[in-house]
Amino acid sequence: MSSLTSADEALHAFAADVGEADPIAVEGGGSRWQTGGVLHETARLVSAPDGIVDYRPEEMVITVRAGTPVADLCTALAETGQRSALPERGGTVGGAVAVGENRLDLLGRGPVRDSVLQVRYVSAQGDIITGGGPVVKNVSGFNIPKLMVGSLGTLGLIAEVVLRTNPTPPASQWFRAAGVDPVAARNAVLRPSSVLWNGSSTWVLLEGHERDLEHEITALATIGDFAETEGPPAPPPYRWSLPPAEAAALHREVVGDFVAAIGVGIVHADTAQPTREVDPGIAVVAERMKTLFDPTGRLNPGRNPNA
Amino acid sequence: MSLLDRFRRTSNVADPLVTALQHALAPDRVRNDGAERSLASHDASVFEGGVSGPVCFPTSTDEVQRITRIAVEHDRGIVPRGAGTGLAGGAIPLGAPIVVSTGKMNRILEVDIENRVAWVQPGVINLDLSRHLRPRGFHFAPDPSSQQVCTLGGNIANNSGGPHCLAYGVTDAHVLAIEVVLPNGDVVLLGGLDPEPGGYDLRGAFVGSEGTLGIATRIAVRLTKNPPAVRTLLLSFAETRDAAQTVSAIIAAGIVPAALEVMDQRMTVAVENYVAAGYPTDAAAVLLAEVEGLPAGVEIEADRIAEIGRANNATGVRQAASDEERALLWKGRKTAFGAVAQVAPDYYLHDTVVPRAALADMLEKIYEICERHDVIVMNVFHAGDGNLHPLLVFDARVEGTLERVHAAGAEIVRASLDAGGVLSGEHGIGVEKQGYMDELFSDADLDHQNRLRQAFDPTCRANPGKVLPMGHSCADIQALRAVPTGVWG
Repeated sequence: MSSLTSADEALHAFAADVGEADPIAVEGGGSRWQTGGVLHETARLVSAPDGIVDYRPEEMVITVRAGTPVADLCTALAETGQRSALPERGGTVGGAVAVGENRLDLLGRGPVRDSVLQVRYVSAQGDIITGGGPVVKNVSGFNIPKLMVGSLGTLGLIAEVVLRTNPTPPASQWFRAAGVDPVAARNAVLRPSSVLWNGSSTWVLLEGHERDLEHEITALATIGDFAETEGPPAPPPYRWSLPPAEAAALHREVVGDFVAAIGVGIVHADTAQPTREVDPGIAVVAERMKTLFDPTGRLNPGRNPNA
Repeated sequence: MSLLDRFRRTSNVADPLVTALQHALAPDRVRNDGAERSLASHDASVFEGGVSGPVCFPTSTDEVQRITRIAVEHDRGIVPRGAGTGLAGGAIPLGAPIVVSTGKMNRILEVDIENRVAWVQPGVINLDLSRHLRPRGFHFAPDPSSQQVCTLGGNIANNSGGPHCLAYGVTDAHVLAIEVVLPNGDVVLLGGLDPEPGGYDLRGAFVGSEGTLGIATRIAVRLTKNPPAVRTLLLSFAETRDAAQTVSAIIAAGIVPAALEVMDQRMTVAVENYVAAGYPTDAAAVLLAEVEGLPAGVEIEADRIAEIGRANNATGVRQAASDEERALLWKGRKTAFGAVAQVAPDYYLHDTVVPRAALADMLEKIYEICERHDVIVMNVFHAGDGNLHPLLVFDARVEGTLERVHAAGAEIVRASLDAGGVLSGEHGIGVEKQGYMDELFSDADLDHQNRLRQAFDPTCRANPGKVLPMGHSCADIQALRAVPTGVWG
């Protein structure tokens, strides 16, 4: 039986707060409040507990409550030379996991969905449910953490997660060049942490040992005239998700200003991504999932990641 | 009546289910003879009690869909089967279901370098894919020890790992999209080639679900670029504890090697007798550490690992001087399970995970448990992940042995949970660890896992009776374990 320790009093208080009856939503940092639809005004707003519960740098795992600002997580990790896959944009850990958006340097950090090892959430029935486990490798039962990432709190309200952390590379530098083939740049280096392209310029983030960076810079020089730069370009407002090859074939005339993550397929553009059809077979499974986890539809009413 | 006659007789009984399947596929790709069904009733685990119905060999998604629809019409279970190398009984059919072998769905359909993806059928053998990709400079990162025979469909079912998953992640991190025939016969594509396909991550839920959510018929796997530089180090220790401490210290130093594997002395001796890979047989434990990437960083990390090893009392540190030497060391590691046959005729391989810092204590605990139960134990494991593989070797013909092996195994699993670990790192729950699920999860936790299951499979048709324990599964496990009436076992 998974035992809830005394440190979990905050989780019990959260579960009591959530209750089991009325429409409810968790308010985090509000940085992605409109994602997946507009929350019904009937929903009562609650806050998830915050704070870092347990951090074991030598295990590369951290247990953190959902209401913790991502910025606080980053500060704690940075103190021991580590980092995580979560995006920093003013939100909370629970919000970042529930939305599931990845960082533009996903190639270096890994996707959010792979970083959540264990999740504890309050169910529609008001119970605290644990899925996954606190170790880096685990196939003990069904993969509840995967289901929670990107679910917008429609299957359960995330209370606490165990995240995989990673060592921060000893050196890190952005480079920029104009008029080069971004795919060639991506292929020239072994493991770029990010390759961004706006249709004319290419930005490359190289990370690793200093001497490896020198090696990679030499490789980049064969593609174009790359120079050190402060950081990546400011991304336009709308977020797209495309197969990598399609992202590398975008045109400004079609999508407006854009910044595309080459080799990944995340694109930020001036226009919204055309709506994608949901396969009817998938819709059936997704709807059944929602009904089984939240029979009365009380969790985050109005939001639907499957729409 | 000879056994062969009995097989023949069974296969001649006209069964409407078999007739329907033969009509949907081809007569020679539906087998209902005793020999084939007996084969399909086992996997590489020690579990008995599987009963297979007809065994089908489809060649396409369309055929898997037809089989599934027939299963629905005849109200039979349906169980996918790859190479049958599973160690937790996940592929053992319960309740005489239709067994769907992926053996004839073994084509690599497309290699898409631009998207760094390969589309494959589920019966493609893990190593065959990496061999196919090698000339183009890529590979498929997960490399289970059984990679010469295990299939990608099976890897997905178990979310398989392997030595090199320490740096690259297990199968889940390398599967972008899966075409699945759902248990109701619908064909859907889970996930996508784009990074954020939207909606619930049904792909993520499917990977590691042990065949209980449907049958994968087409898989998009991520290609990993081959690293230009690799260094392989072999560290020897006079104390097993020092090897485990070295592993913890390497991770604590912020190094994530490609692989960190430990073998204890009994294991290295067996391996040396088997393939003469060059492991020292006088060391209490050896640590195989591999770093890969760009040349400079690889040198730095290899030096650092050697340093950490020496600081933790390594008695020897050797770097593989050539590709041949490196390949030989890996051959030794990967044939470890084959090497145990010379020690005793039977083995029971366990698979648990503990926090890496608990490895040294956990190993001592394993030796203590096995000594108390008078069982020989050999250890070979993915130390970097904290993933233990105690191998209990025995002779099942000696009365009372199997009971002692099971008792020792149960204690090892419970000790892993006590150390803050989990039930399985890469072999899955299958039937082996169902009974332990409620020691890791609460009733409410298991109830939610069952909800996930039911969203895909409300009638519990796909691989019934697995993963979730009695009382938490939608299937009546007790009934499934009994031989159904009218079915020859």
